[in-house]
Amino acid sequence: MDTNNQRLLHTFAALADLGEEIANTADFQEMLRSSFHLLLGSVAIRRGAVAQYDRQRDTLRVVTSRGLETAPEADFPIDRDRARALATLGSSLTASDAAAEATRLMTEHPKLFASSEIQILLPLVVHDRLIGVVVLGEKASGEKFTDEDLATLSALARHIAVGINSHHLLGEVKRKAEENQRLYEGLRKIYKETVHAFAAAIDIKDRYTQGHSVRVGKYSEVIARELGWSEEEVEGITIAGYLHDIGKLIVDLSVINSPERFSAKDSKEMSRHPSAGYEILSPISHPYADIPLMARYHHERMDGNGYPDGLKGEEIPPGARIVTLADSFDAMTTDRPYRKKLPLKDVLEDFRANTGTQFDPQIVCAFCRAFLSEIEGRNERRLLNLLNRNYDNIENVRPMLTQMLADFGEPVFATAH
Amino acid sequence: MGDAAIIYASDYLNKLSGERIERECKRQLESGRRALIINFRDTELVNSIGVSILVGVIDAAEQSTARLIFSDVNNHTAELFQMLGLMRHVSLASNEDEALSLVSEAQP
Repeated sequence: MDTNNQRLLHTFAALADLGEEIANTADFQEMLRSSFHLLLGSVAIRRGAVAQYDRQRDTLRVVTSRGLETAPEADFPIDRDRARALATLGSSLTASDAAAEATRLMTEHPKLFASSEIQILLPLVVHDRLIGVVVLGEKASGEKFTDEDLATLSALARHIAVGINSHHLLGEVKRKAEENQRLYEGLRKIYKETVHAFAAAIDIKDRYTQGHSVRVGKYSEVIARELGWSEEEVEGITIAGYLHDIGKLIVDLSVINSPERFSAKDSKEMSRHPSAGYEILSPISHPYADIPLMARYHHERMDGNGYPDGLKGEEIPPGARIVTLADSFDAMTTDRPYRKKLPLKDVLEDFRANTGTQFDPQIVCAFCRAFLSEIEGRNERRLLNLLNRNYDNIENVRPMLTQMLADFGEPVFATAH
Repeated sequence: MGDAAIIYASDYLNKLSGERIERECKRQLESGRRALIINFRDTELVNSIGVSILVGVIDAAEQSTARLIFSDVNNHTAELFQMLGLMRHVSLASNEDEALSLVSEAQP
């Protein structure tokens, strides 16, 4: 094969290999080293370096080098006019241009490459913007660089410029994504703190049920986890629990704090609170699905005899069926203005009696399983910690829980949607 | 072997893992070898990465004033080395025995 054809073949092979290396976005340093090897080897050059341009700091930083006797300074300055001039030169560089630029660099920065002689400089340019430079020493053949050599090296340098630029852009995208994620997490935190504040405000109004909203949120969380809901869904149902009684903010204080059971009139006043809760929560863009609906429907019943809309069975969103049970459980296990808390066995008996009419059997079973697993030490004590303040010997209800599960059969997991 | 070290290039001279050949050559030179023989019998292809690695070996040998000999180079690769100017710095031998003879001849 004659020399010219062989040279062309060698150059094409270098370009092809370089294309593959540039596509390696996983390891930037390895991509740089491989690419620089390919460039040096295309014309058998003995030494050189690649420097990346930082337009914020007006500096060039050496990112890879070979065969240089002394390590150059990490950063060296370059003014913007010079950077713009190099970017313009990039596409039309001749061997003498490249040599002149190298001489100028050595003059401006005499300590930069110490005793290593740099013979040519190639700008790295993408979309008319300087990305960096490649500086190269002598060829192994000892011959001068020709314009054909410059054409080969410039073609390879363009690919390296694209590789460096892509890495930089990828870094920017990643940084912005991380920033957005931080902002999003910050917003979620603010949302949760606001919800906690609302829950506290709701419960302060009703002096007999301090902490009720938070407990309902936590009971709902335990039930949803037992049902196998996703972490996102579990967070949502917890929030729904915190906010389920927000409508009480519009109910007359004297009605809420009445030591007597409600009259028909007061009951009507009180029964406004689910709809009111829905009206308060609907305009807000919650990060979780169906929060307003769970507030609206937490007093619906499986048999359709609930309020405000008389929904029946599967018409009631699963989240609302969970909050219903959690709400009732906390109501029966805490003191109210009109009665003291009920014994745990009575509470469970009430659940058994009203399963299928008031409560969803799947939700009741999930509650019983969660309760049992905590008593048996198989799960973290979340329900028990909330109950311990009001009850002793909670483990005495274990046989009852086991019997309820046997009575209602093995449940099918309910999902949020 | 004596003052000479023989390094087998295998199929490494077309990828970045070929840098280990350069490191091994430098190690041999630092331990006092006066000649390096690189055997190309299993090397089908030397691409631009390989050329760059070999230029690094040439640099290291010259800095140590050591002799560098390539043996068992196929015709295509020999032409490539000639075209790129590597043969200014390297001796060629048909095989390992011939390379070792060249090393012996050069010794006083």
